[in-house]
Amino acid sequence: MRLITPLRAVAGWLEARTGLGAAVTPAATHPVPRRTASWWYVFGSATMTLFGLQIATGICLALVYVPAADQAYQSLQYLNDQAAFGAYLRAVHYWGSNLMVLVMTLHMLQVFLFGAYKYPRELTWIAGVFMLLCTLGMAFTGQILRWDQDAYWGLGIGASIAARAPVVGSTLVHLLLGGPIIAGRTLSRFFAVHVFVVPGILIALTGLHVWLVLRLGVNEWPMPGRVVDRETYRERYEADVHRDGVPFFPVAARKDMIAMGVVILAVLVCAAIFGPNGPHGVPDPTITDASPRPDFYFLSLFALLALLPPWTETVILLVGMPLAIVFLLALPLFAGTGEKSWRRRPVAVLSALLILLVVATFAALGVMSPWSPVMDAGTALATPVVYVQGRSPLELQGALVVQNKQCRNCHRLGGEGGSRGPALDGVATRLTRDQLIRQVLQGGGNMPAYGKNLAPAEVNALVAFLETLRPANQRPARTPVAARPVARAE
Amino acid sequence: MCANHDLLPPSPSSRRGFLFTLGVALSTVATALAGIPIIGYIFGPVRRSAGQAWIKLGPVAGFPEGHTRLATYENPFRVAWDGPTAKIACWVRRVGGEQFQVFAVNCAHLGCPVRWFPQSRLFMCPCHGGAYYEDGSRASGPPPRGLFEYDYEIRQGQLWVRGGQLPTLAGPV
Repeated sequence: MRLITPLRAVAGWLEARTGLGAAVTPAATHPVPRRTASWWYVFGSATMTLFGLQIATGICLALVYVPAADQAYQSLQYLNDQAAFGAYLRAVHYWGSNLMVLVMTLHMLQVFLFGAYKYPRELTWIAGVFMLLCTLGMAFTGQILRWDQDAYWGLGIGASIAARAPVVGSTLVHLLLGGPIIAGRTLSRFFAVHVFVVPGILIALTGLHVWLVLRLGVNEWPMPGRVVDRETYRERYEADVHRDGVPFFPVAARKDMIAMGVVILAVLVCAAIFGPNGPHGVPDPTITDASPRPDFYFLSLFALLALLPPWTETVILLVGMPLAIVFLLALPLFAGTGEKSWRRRPVAVLSALLILLVVATFAALGVMSPWSPVMDAGTALATPVVYVQGRSPLELQGALVVQNKQCRNCHRLGGEGGSRGPALDGVATRLTRDQLIRQVLQGGGNMPAYGKNLAPAEVNALVAFLETLRPANQRPARTPVAARPVARAE
Repeated sequence: MCANHDLLPPSPSSRRGFLFTLGVALSTVATALAGIPIIGYIFGPVRRSAGQAWIKLGPVAGFPEGHTRLATYENPFRVAWDGPTAKIACWVRRVGGEQFQVFAVNCAHLGCPVRWFPQSRLFMCPCHGGAYYEDGSRASGPPPRGLFEYDYEIRQGQLWVRGGQLPTLAGPV
């Protein structure tokens, strides 16, 4: 109790000199619409909190991390194994970035569904789209600073995408890599972008974003039928806030503060349970048995690039992606008025759901990546016993061909192997002997032709084995009667 | 404190007007001058894009006929701090005699490292499932073309290739 008086004196002295309290209090206590003191409105401040956590842990990591291609990997290992709290801080930075992308997406979704991007908050949304791009930029560059095999080949993918730009492709690649190839200058460049350039832009944009929220007011709870009209909106908003507003601090800020605490605790818990990510393998490009995978935010793009018809890829990457960004930026300019409530915007709600479903589906496919061959299937997977029991010597030779020619890199057998091609279990119920021979020799339907790589005896044995691959109660495939040559009619 | 006329730009003929104009002009010129080296520095890597040089891969005898082997070389444009990334790999196929094919390990689709499977005589990519025949031509999957192929020469029993830049669709080796 005795402490309070001197503390007050110090606070009074500071306030008399700086005047900061008088400057900040009106902003902190500005009135907001009563219903916006809601759990739906906490994602923005939660994202900002996570950004703050990223800055704090990022500065810590930069105290030890060496942004040089020959030592970055060792410095990460030092952080993981020796530095006090090094592994934990790396984990917090990694899980912080994951959660930041996630919570930012929730914020964006809430803003979209509540129509908050409409008049007069167009610029707040546009700044937000740039913040989304910057955050994804931070995610990509941060993944590169991990300077492992995923980073090296991730850069290769980035450069290969840039190279598809007409005319300036080569220039873009050299600009991105800081030279003709991925090497020391590349890492220094990405370090500068990750640590100075993008965070600087992000801090400035955050300032603008928050300033705009304070200046234009927190978006009111959308009511069906309450249509945004440029002539009357601001007057009605001011009147409502004055009639039935609550001070942001402490009434609305209570839930924000709880959400801030929750997201930080979530990051701390995830970091403690799951630990840091990588580094996975020295970034030595002569180690060709790498299987690069991106972090989760780019898994959907990774999947898209595997599944798109090849001829559409360049167009979708170089025209579709920029158009999607332009569409996001322009959204408040062409849909800036009208209904705000999601109950009266079925197209908006369905579009958001569709986009979410597509991204989530692609990301899930990216995790499974069924299009990737199982690169060690020929040596790592045993032929299931049921498929060799009671087989003739010729058929057993065929089973050896399946194993040795890496057929199972792309074809499953007994549930194990690649998913690039169809599973071989039951193949004899789908293809006749002639069709099997043709498929093996000529390939087609995404299968390479093995005509030059298999001796006739090997083909004979292989097909003999494949003909045994059908359930006992199912009949083998037969050539349709109409297609049978007349001379061979039985 | 300040009278209204202090906020207006002074008339250009007065001394204050001259100083104002001079201030704006000088700052503009200084900013432009500072910008030249900054822009030049950032775009520097583009100017030095002639990133190709002849590199010795090793004696021809090290590559048996009819086989495809991984060869590695050091980036001719390396800097002292490149570390493991100074190394570059390529697949060398000796067709027969002095006839070679030297392929980049980078998949023509999006640059992932392709692996050679001698038994099935295919190159396969772990990322998106591209596959190539032993002569580098596209077999299946998303690649828009065959593997990137290095220029090679044989000098005094040694195999040389021309490389040094990341092979992409914009700049094949």
